Amino acid sequence: MAGHKETFITKYLFSYDHKMISRQFLLTGTTMAFIGMAMSLLFRLQLAFPGESFAVLNFFLGDKWAPGGVLDPNMYLALVTIHGTIMVFFLLTAGLSGTFANLLIPLQIGARDMASGMMNMLSYWFFFLSSVVMIASLYVESGPASAGWTIYPPLSALPQAMPGSGTGMTLWLVSMSFFIVSSLLGGINYIVTVINLRTKGMNMLRLPLSIWALFVTAILGVLSFPVLFAAVLLLIFDRTFGTSFYLSDIYIAGEALDHTGGSPLLFQHLFWFLGHPEVYIIILPALGISSEVISTNSRKPIFGYRAMVGSILAIGFLSFIVWGHHMFVTGMNPFVGAVFTFTTLLIAIPSAVKAFNYLSTLWKGSIRYTPAMMFSIGMVSTFITGGVTGIILADAALDINLHDTYFVVAHFHIVMGLSAVMAMFAGVYHWFPKMWGRMLNKKLGYVHFWLTFITAYGVFFPQHFQGLAGVPRRYYANTEFPLFDGLSDISYMVTMFAMVGGLAQFIFLFNLIYSMFNGPKAPQNPWGSNTLEWTTPVEHVHGNWPGELPVVHRWAYDYSKPSKDGTDYRIPGQDFVPQTVPLEEGEIDGEGH
Amino acid sequence: MSGEVTKVFDQKTLWEGGRSPFSVSYGKMMMWFFLISDALTFGSLLGALGFMRHKYIDSWPISEAIFTHMPLLHGPDAHYPLLYVALMTFILIVSSVTMVLAVEAGHRMDRNGVTKWLFWTVIGGLIFVGSQAWEWSTFIAGPDGDISTWADNATLTQNFYGRGFGPDSPIAAPAQYSQFFFFVTGFHGTHVVSGVILNFIILLNVLKGKYEGVGHYEMVEKVGLYWHFIDLVWVFVFTFYYLV
Repeated sequence: MAGHKETFITKYLFSYDHKMISRQFLLTGTTMAFIGMAMSLLFRLQLAFPGESFAVLNFFLGDKWAPGGVLDPNMYLALVTIHGTIMVFFLLTAGLSGTFANLLIPLQIGARDMASGMMNMLSYWFFFLSSVVMIASLYVESGPASAGWTIYPPLSALPQAMPGSGTGMTLWLVSMSFFIVSSLLGGINYIVTVINLRTKGMNMLRLPLSIWALFVTAILGVLSFPVLFAAVLLLIFDRTFGTSFYLSDIYIAGEALDHTGGSPLLFQHLFWFLGHPEVYIIILPALGISSEVISTNSRKPIFGYRAMVGSILAIGFLSFIVWGHHMFVTGMNPFVGAVFTFTTLLIAIPSAVKAFNYLSTLWKGSIRYTPAMMFSIGMVSTFITGGVTGIILADAALDINLHDTYFVVAHFHIVMGLSAVMAMFAGVYHWFPKMWGRMLNKKLGYVHFWLTFITAYGVFFPQHFQGLAGVPRRYYANTEFPLFDGLSDISYMVTMFAMVGGLAQFIFLFNLIYSMFNGPKAPQNPWGSNTLEWTTPVEHVHGNWPGELPVVHRWAYDYSKPSKDGTDYRIPGQDFVPQTVPLEEGEIDGEGH
Repeated sequence: MSGEVTKVFDQKTLWEGGRSPFSVSYGKMMMWFFLISDALTFGSLLGALGFMRHKYIDSWPISEAIFTHMPLLHGPDAHYPLLYVALMTFILIVSSVTMVLAVEAGHRMDRNGVTKWLFWTVIGGLIFVGSQAWEWSTFIAGPDGDISTWADNATLTQNFYGRGFGPDSPIAAPAQYSQFFFFVTGFHGTHVVSGVILNFIILLNVLKGKYEGVGHYEMVEKVGLYWHFIDLVWVFVFTFYYLV
């Protein structure tokens, strides 16, 4: 791996180096995100102006899917489906975890590289393959998968059910199979690296919270994706070999099918057993990144480190016993609904611990408003806003009213979509100097933040009111229902905010690409951080540290630590104490000094 | 973008902080985590089986009354409930024992011992897969035991086994019974086949003396973990599909 001359192929394409793989994940994830975002803008046009003609729709979708510039209803469903799939899996699962687990785990625990470089490389390339197949599915004649990102049967199980249920659905399943392989290869690698390759002195309670979060995320992935794999295998059998695991007696166009006796609820149980941990696979890395950024830029130790670790573990555990709250309206026994309501509400406790700890960390800190910090604070805001509506939806009695309305759309976009995207931006702004050795432009960062933050709330906050009024999600148009006529202005406003917010992302894209090549050179430790990644050379080297591995003597959060006599900082003139600085006699490590 | 340093890192000393906390190599630990994840796959399949049984609590066939055949012992009075599958289970468990002996011989660096026991493990695996093939064909043949009449054979989509009493049972049994039979035992069988292939590759490496050169037989231990896992999963499949 090291020690021989590297070619372009081994260095940039099939690299074993975790820093390169991290950059590959970021760029692929960003590309997918822009595709997913463009789709959302296309279907937002239809929602704001139902049935109206737009040249842009015809330009992107052609005469078949947007005849005369009017979006075809089947294509509307396909766009919604692929938007959801791309955002949930390709951006916020692989893009977020793939980028930051690969970058941060070896660098912050003091390892030369991941446990297995080859598996890491394979993890990326399976992800890439999966992305290519997913994009390819957009170009098949019958259209991409259209059954929603949750691919409930029978829409997903019967190829003749709707146009997108044919080849498009098959390609979706193929793509997700590759994705599961990628996630498994990556996840096992992350877990084993954290357990086995920590440097001397880096015990589990000295790990930065970002590593704790990524570690638990990887465990969730290893436990939940196999369940999706089983669900998808059974679905493939139903589609291809005529079994009836998920299919009951069913008629299509007056013709009775051979299927008999299965249960679509079985799929929902299996899917949501993955699906709920999946949302924590998305949000935990975001919380971990924010913990790092907020503590560093408040120049204060993170408030309640052990409580933070405990809440990450608690969220991870609870995420496996709440899947039923996605199924309150499937006719489940009200007692079971009550149990799931209870377990779901329990998640509010560790989540609130985290939210209050962020606020307490900010409290009386000497806050530096870097773009990363802005995005992290934005993340705390959206996490609270979305979390509060989560408590409403957790209640079975309320959820029966709100199920499948825009209220749900608003809830999960804010708590999971926005929070995770905000934290991902925070991570990119914070660690870009480590990834490319250059600085991102700060001013563009602020513009990007404010436009993103305001438009994001502008897009998703009004949807709560639409949802409360009963507007159903996933409908092509609500013009058939006079009941919702008064709400069409909200749709219009949402779409306008979405357009502006979408355009704002090009500022980020420009900043990213421009700074990669032309940004100012990054200093060794631009943010004054304690963690180990800032002790590595700015220019990447194989094995991360040119000499011996650093030895860790303290936790990662000794910011503004006073000296023994209280007259100066612990290190005179410097308000942070890197983890490699040995403890003085009588100095207390960790919380409570 | 990134500077090059020509320092060569020795993989063996990649862990520079002393002993690994769990005192196992990363490869072995990865195998453990892979097995945990695979256990979840089987767990969800068996969970789905439980879901379906619960749905058809009154009409799910009783496996004990269906799997009554033994090779070479056909006849009107031949009735050996679950004996054949018990034999298969026994063979698979014995192959786990031989695998343990192979790993143990590896710890002693006894190449001949590893070769011998790994060989018997491969044979055990092959016998199991072969037995499964016979069981599948018997099952497909349907209640009348005639595989050539396709009208009443049990297939992926049709189940001709009634509730415990064969085709004459008054209650129609769900097709899901045969679907889960083929899917669950097939999924397990795929694992056994891949395990046999892995064991065989490792056996070839042992014969070539590869692990003498490496200095340890850890690869045997890793495939051993996989093999024991397959064995353990079969115990659960046996329990939940055949026994209860």
